Amino acid sequence: MINLEAPQKFRPLVGQAHQVAMNLLRPNSRTYDRSEHDYPRELDMLAAMVDGLSASGATSGAGASGVRREADDPGPAPGTEWSTRNGSNLASVLSIMEMCWGDVGLLLSMPRQGLGNSAIASVADDEQAERFRGVWASMAITEPGCGSDSANISTTARLDGDDYVIDGEKIYVTAGERCDAVVVWATLDKLLGRAAIKSFVVPKGTPGMTVTRLEHKLGIRSSDTAAITFTDCRVPKRNLLGSPEVDTNEGFAGAMATFDNTRPLVAAMAVGCARASLELTRELLEEAGVVVDYDRPVQTQTAAAATYLQLESDWEAAYLLTLRAAWLADNGTPNSLEASMAKAKAGRVGSDVTLRCVELAGSVGYSENELLEKWARDSKILDIFEGTQQIQQLIVARRLLGLSSAQLK
Amino acid sequence: MARSIRSASRHGLTAREKQDPIGVAVAVLNKIASSDALDRFTPFGLNLRTSTERAVYEATRSGFRTVGLANRQFQKVADRGRPVRVPSALGTGSFDLTPTQDEQMLVDVVTELAAEVVRPVAAESDAVATAPESVLKAGVDIGLPILGVPEELGGVHAERSAMAGTLVAEALAHGDMGLAVASLAPGAVATALSLWGSEEQQATYLPAFTGDDVPAAALALTEPRPLFDPSTPATRAVRDGDDLVVTGTKSAVVRGADAELFVVGVELDGEARLLVVESGSDGLKVEADPSMGLRAASLSRLVLEDVRVPATALLGTAEDHVACVRLSRLAWCALSLGTAQAVLDHVVPYVNERVAFGEPISHRQSVAFMVANIAIELDSMRLVTYRAASRAAQGKDHAREVALARRLCADRGMQIGNDGVQLLGGHGFVKEHPVERWYRDLRAIGVMEGGVLV
Repeated sequence: MINLEAPQKFRPLVGQAHQVAMNLLRPNSRTYDRSEHDYPRELDMLAAMVDGLSASGATSGAGASGVRREADDPGPAPGTEWSTRNGSNLASVLSIMEMCWGDVGLLLSMPRQGLGNSAIASVADDEQAERFRGVWASMAITEPGCGSDSANISTTARLDGDDYVIDGEKIYVTAGERCDAVVVWATLDKLLGRAAIKSFVVPKGTPGMTVTRLEHKLGIRSSDTAAITFTDCRVPKRNLLGSPEVDTNEGFAGAMATFDNTRPLVAAMAVGCARASLELTRELLEEAGVVVDYDRPVQTQTAAAATYLQLESDWEAAYLLTLRAAWLADNGTPNSLEASMAKAKAGRVGSDVTLRCVELAGSVGYSENELLEKWARDSKILDIFEGTQQIQQLIVARRLLGLSSAQLK
Repeated sequence: MARSIRSASRHGLTAREKQDPIGVAVAVLNKIASSDALDRFTPFGLNLRTSTERAVYEATRSGFRTVGLANRQFQKVADRGRPVRVPSALGTGSFDLTPTQDEQMLVDVVTELAAEVVRPVAAESDAVATAPESVLKAGVDIGLPILGVPEELGGVHAERSAMAGTLVAEALAHGDMGLAVASLAPGAVATALSLWGSEEQQATYLPAFTGDDVPAAALALTEPRPLFDPSTPATRAVRDGDDLVVTGTKSAVVRGADAELFVVGVELDGEARLLVVESGSDGLKVEADPSMGLRAASLSRLVLEDVRVPATALLGTAEDHVACVRLSRLAWCALSLGTAQAVLDHVVPYVNERVAFGEPISHRQSVAFMVANIAIELDSMRLVTYRAASRAAQGKDHAREVALARRLCADRGMQIGNDGVQLLGGHGFVKEHPVERWYRDLRAIGVMEGGVLV
């Protein structure tokens, strides 16, 4: 039965995340925007709390998870009527929306909730999943000479005895300084192309791994963004996530599968951040005497109200596309196309909504007295990382048109 | 100059334009050049007007005419104050995009109808501004008029069917929006009677819709003026004893000339209300009003001049009028989904096959990204519309969701129609391809009030 309301059973989870966002993230939001690179120590308290909630079984966690199907969950028995599943993916996007309604940068700085954790959850075997449980893992893909064309990375991993030796330079590693480990993309043999790209878990303190720089950014300043070099950096063989085989038929799919899981999460971040802007702007407009009417034709309302309705309609679309991508993952349905659609729509809507809310609120929106200008800065990265707007459009277009990356470049 | 509603005579000129003597002379020349006499006495026997254009032209020109040649007598039934009300669907509380088995079966049937009966006659129906009997009958045969009528009153559903109605409208509009509107119009009136009718109204009118000989009927809410707001209709009903006397003009009335029953939006005592008006009423006239698109729906204007109806013809309350406007907008959103999907289905093979500069144009990002965005925005429209529909079916407040769906479907749906023509270039501008029709049809979303209802 078609129903697009957030699942009833996740209401307590969403309510908790909302209270945390309101009472812990928002009060620290401006502070760590101003003092970039200071560690938001309030988050340690929060992380402990989240762990406690997880242990009590009261919540599915507030941060990134992957799309592993639980081993003890065989799905519906044969012959019984199919019924829908609302699981950890929906729970994740819903709680991330709430947290990013609070603060995107602080959500990205949540201990043990890094994007690397999502990669581990998605690609790791059972032994690895157990071994890296509780580790705060960041994700290192981008290099100075390679951004969206991640198949072209030049960081290498060379097998030497029981170790891989990693060499190269990574940039834009979110939580790269604060994390416990970095999931690094490196190639086993550049000549073999995409199929040879594997991900490796490199624990902090491993000799040869050095954080060389922290970036100064437009937004999400409370989140540290690191440049990291790897020089003769040795990790045990079993830290390679997934299969070490270079399967040219499998190609890039294994590594890219992570994105199917993380893109809805980033879309959820944009949705949460934009909702903060919409809610505050609506209240500011009401104080200014503008009432948004859902029944009167927009042509008969003020330009501000008409603009607001258009922004809210785009937001609604981004929200529902995100829930759909997560719902498909919960039900074991391939969602690569839908994940990219969600990321594309939410990414551009995030920027559009937050920027136009600044405009609607005038200098009140532009000033640091309010958070509208900050949300307009924070949201920009969400249309860039985990695949830019243009990369999402490429993925959607290739899929719809049945074209290869050689045909549609 | 009086602004009669018949006046297409200003030719899009604003009131600031003034004729000078040369202008007057040119206007006289134009009058001579465009007269019928010129057509009849064209040298060399040339006649530039095709028969179909002439038919539309004549229909438009013929102006007012009284309806009522084939009106049936609706047998009045006494009211015992026990109207049937449709219960809401019970939600499961889970996020789910899977239609019920009943909905899916219905969609499959309508999809087949749209592909095999509707689409093949869409271009011709558009040209002659008429829905063929074959399409209308096929719609009746699969039960379109009783989709919103509860079992108890001879319909099919035990509970609120706004979701099923949405899925059906979408599937039908994939065949053709104009024909979908023509086919769904009687169901809009039957649904309104089911949702808000008194026992007398339900017993008097619904049997005609649940039988074999379903009357044409129209839900008439729109009026012909800029910035029209259905909550403040200019069509007024005034109390006169036990009667109401109605005066005003409604526009975008689906198949008005054929309709035997209207549900009309009127102002009464400062509130917008719905009123049941039979087509045989004195003072009621219909004028053909061919428009940019939806031509197969034979849009018309309904002119009411001192039309007298009993006060019992009021349908529902002022709140029900608000609900009616919302559910009608929702139906238009559903229609936009089908037509926008038709655009996407048409452009994908086209851009893959069309070669320019030595390769398919789909190999260029500027083309491919337009296609990607059509798909992204179409799914956006679909999900927002479905949310509104599922809330309506479950009896949840849906004012916000309908408003957002209407905004999105009007904006993005039109963009999809626009891009559909653009992707085909010159081929999109000519009637060799259906994209120009979809372009015209998709402009209706955001303009229309009434006509269809889920």
